Amino acid sequence: MATLHTDYLGITSPNPFWLASAPPTDKKINVLRAFEAGWGGVVWKTLGSQVKNVSSRYSAVDYHGSRVMGLNNIELISDRPLDINLREIKECIRLFPDRAMIVSLMADNDRNSWQELIRKVEDTGAHGLELNFGCPHGMTERGMGAAVGQDPQIARLVTEWVMEAATIPVITKLTPNVHSVVPTGRAAVEAGSQGLSLINTIQSVTGVDLDTFIPNPNVGGKSTFGGYCGPAVKPIALKMLATIAQDTVTSKVPISGIGGISTWKDAAEFMLLGSTTVQICTAVMKHGFRIIDGLCEGLSNWMDEKGFRQTTDFIGLSVPTLTHWEDLDLNYHIVARIDPDKCIHCGLCYIACEDASHQSISLTPGHPYNTYVIKEEECVGCNLCKLVCPVDSCITMVEERVGPEYLNWKEFQQRGLPLNDH
Amino acid sequence: MIRDHRLAKDEYDRNFSDIHPPFETRDAALVDANRCLFCYDAPCTKSCPTGIDVPKFIKQISTDDIKGSARTIFLSNIMGGGCSRVCPVEKLCEGACVYNLMEEEPIPIARLQRYSTDAAIQRRWPLFTRKPSDGLKVAIIGAGPAGLSAAHVLSREGVDVTIFEKEEKGGGLMTYGVAAYKVTPEYCAEELDYILSLGGITIRYGAELGKDLQLEQLREEYDAVFLAFGVGLARRLDIPGEDLDGVVDALRFIYAIRADGFPSVPVGDKVAVIGMGMTAIDAATQARRLGAEEVTLLYRRTEAEMPCTKKELEIARLDGCRIHWLAAPGEVIGSGGKVTQLRCEKMELGPPDASGRRAPRPTGESFTLDVDMIIKATGQMPFEQLVSSGGLSHRGGKIDTTGLCGITSLPGVFAGGDCVNGGKEVVDAVQAGKLSAAAILSYLQTV
Repeated sequence: MATLHTDYLGITSPNPFWLASAPPTDKKINVLRAFEAGWGGVVWKTLGSQVKNVSSRYSAVDYHGSRVMGLNNIELISDRPLDINLREIKECIRLFPDRAMIVSLMADNDRNSWQELIRKVEDTGAHGLELNFGCPHGMTERGMGAAVGQDPQIARLVTEWVMEAATIPVITKLTPNVHSVVPTGRAAVEAGSQGLSLINTIQSVTGVDLDTFIPNPNVGGKSTFGGYCGPAVKPIALKMLATIAQDTVTSKVPISGIGGISTWKDAAEFMLLGSTTVQICTAVMKHGFRIIDGLCEGLSNWMDEKGFRQTTDFIGLSVPTLTHWEDLDLNYHIVARIDPDKCIHCGLCYIACEDASHQSISLTPGHPYNTYVIKEEECVGCNLCKLVCPVDSCITMVEERVGPEYLNWKEFQQRGLPLNDH
Repeated sequence: MIRDHRLAKDEYDRNFSDIHPPFETRDAALVDANRCLFCYDAPCTKSCPTGIDVPKFIKQISTDDIKGSARTIFLSNIMGGGCSRVCPVEKLCEGACVYNLMEEEPIPIARLQRYSTDAAIQRRWPLFTRKPSDGLKVAIIGAGPAGLSAAHVLSREGVDVTIFEKEEKGGGLMTYGVAAYKVTPEYCAEELDYILSLGGITIRYGAELGKDLQLEQLREEYDAVFLAFGVGLARRLDIPGEDLDGVVDALRFIYAIRADGFPSVPVGDKVAVIGMGMTAIDAATQARRLGAEEVTLLYRRTEAEMPCTKKELEIARLDGCRIHWLAAPGEVIGSGGKVTQLRCEKMELGPPDASGRRAPRPTGESFTLDVDMIIKATGQMPFEQLVSSGGLSHRGGKIDTTGLCGITSLPGVFAGGDCVNGGKEVVDAVQAGKLSAAAILSYLQTV
């Protein structure tokens, strides 16, 4: 059976599942419960500057009957006294020495504050530090959080202060509220950060209350931009993760992936795109620590099925398959095929293709069931019909190459082949 | 022995409580609304005789536009609330739901439809406004589903409508002919009030065509006449003993349950119900629920040919009704003028008849049931005499119409619903009323 044992910069954990720096990791009572449930590690909720929180703090996006597709928060870093946090961290490490204990930090913006904080945290016996350069609300106004992460120069400077003092591994957490995460990632790595984690939350407004006209979450009749996370942000996180995994500088350090991971499948995808560990928060905020069993079992079963003995067998495996558009093969062509035995005649493929794609599906009226057939000569192989079909493998995409050889855009242009020919 | 007051009040209440209870909460409705796939050219809509845009009204529920949802339903079917209770949906919309093809439970369309329409009726949402009266007048005979449906469309367009109804209440068979556990008399009254709240529709109760008023006179006084008087006379069995005490007509029996209150409706100890349509099931199950000890349904064909739905049959079975397939009534035997036995012919199926179903024929064998009450539910006869005396072209009392829009052989006279089709579902009558109203509106423009 595959082992999930994980080594991240020498920080070991029984599995790659860490709890992200967030409310589930803000005190001993939660963290001990998480470790008892089987979590591999935690990133303790950010310590540092003194703060005061508001009420309410969260709002969510529900989609088609499913609650919390995305979660938005305006909570700040830990609002508990530092000495209590430090004492509790120490106790958690003593009680669960085999688990990873990373502490998230966000000090006031000067060398002393950072270095003093680091020394105090290292005294707890913590295994690593995570620099919170990403919090998008509340702290930015004071020059912290995303204000650091959004400016590579400031990020480099702060990381340098940190590296002067730190004796344990340092992971820099990146904000997604930038056009590219790579410049700040590079700055952190070049300044000595041994690891990177991403993404932090994305600035958002989850919605507006249609009775009060006040955006969510409502704090006494006003709202503010919050940080968005949960399943909705996963595709964005995967893209940013991939850019870090591909960059020549940032790809040299191990990555801890974050952003909407709810299931073992999400975790496997993050790992295939370069994450050594994955961090989870929203799924736990919705369902509690008990989800760890399913995460570990699912990942382990999939690894057995694929013949992976340890996670390093597949970490980053998919990174090279993400390429530039102009390197894609223009001779590769697929067409949709509808399995008449599986078709339930819902017409969703037809109307999607008819109104939004290439009118490549024919409708033969019937009562009450119409018959839908692909017009292969019209089909551009876009996948839309397959995506909207509610029946698994009813629509399959069949390969029908245009030419036998690999033909990319540059070559296509050089040969002067016809454009706009559909 | 046939007697009333067989049960205690709470037993009646329990036996006649709503068989399709509504969604209790918005969340519950949303679970099912969100399952809807929003099919294109949806099979459910195509299987609804009134063509309700089902995916649209369900989407409106799932997006918290209940008013919009109710309007979508009522626009196609003004009795969409009643139909959500009485429609044989497993043969119509729900039977066509594509989830059936995935071997999954279909969307509970009727229940969702009830969710929206109940809200509209309870809160009396004014979802339609009437165009100003244009002075045109239409007379409608019968305040049943066909008549009300036509009246609503006509009044919306500014026509002044007078409905002549021979009973004391409107709603037709919805009010008088359906099992009480499907739709309550109170609901029928609320639904009727809601339909009439549009304005422009007057109902004159206790006015019967051929007795209190004549077609000729109506044609003179009104710009058009719409006949929607349904069917009425119970089909006779034409067997010896049919007139003995204890042989009753199913619709009369159901009518009494709805009009008189459960305790005062007499029912026998051992009841035979003849027929296997929806009315037969409604009569049989309600006889049990009124306290009959033994109820036996007799049908001359087999389960494969029965007109009721499987779900209806299941209700009868769960109520403990016995079923004799391939059994036809042969003779009612009595003593002292009262029913004591029913002799039944054993049948077998021969070649298909005109309806396409295999025709039953006697085997020569018979058996006898001890019964003290026999309920006849073998269909109703059209009002043939009324129709022919009015000078209308007809076939066996069913009024001839052109196409689907209710144009009869008499200029300015239209007809729809059971009096044309011989007796179908409420939803078919609503559609007939709607189509006839459209035809009447075009006719009115030409006169």
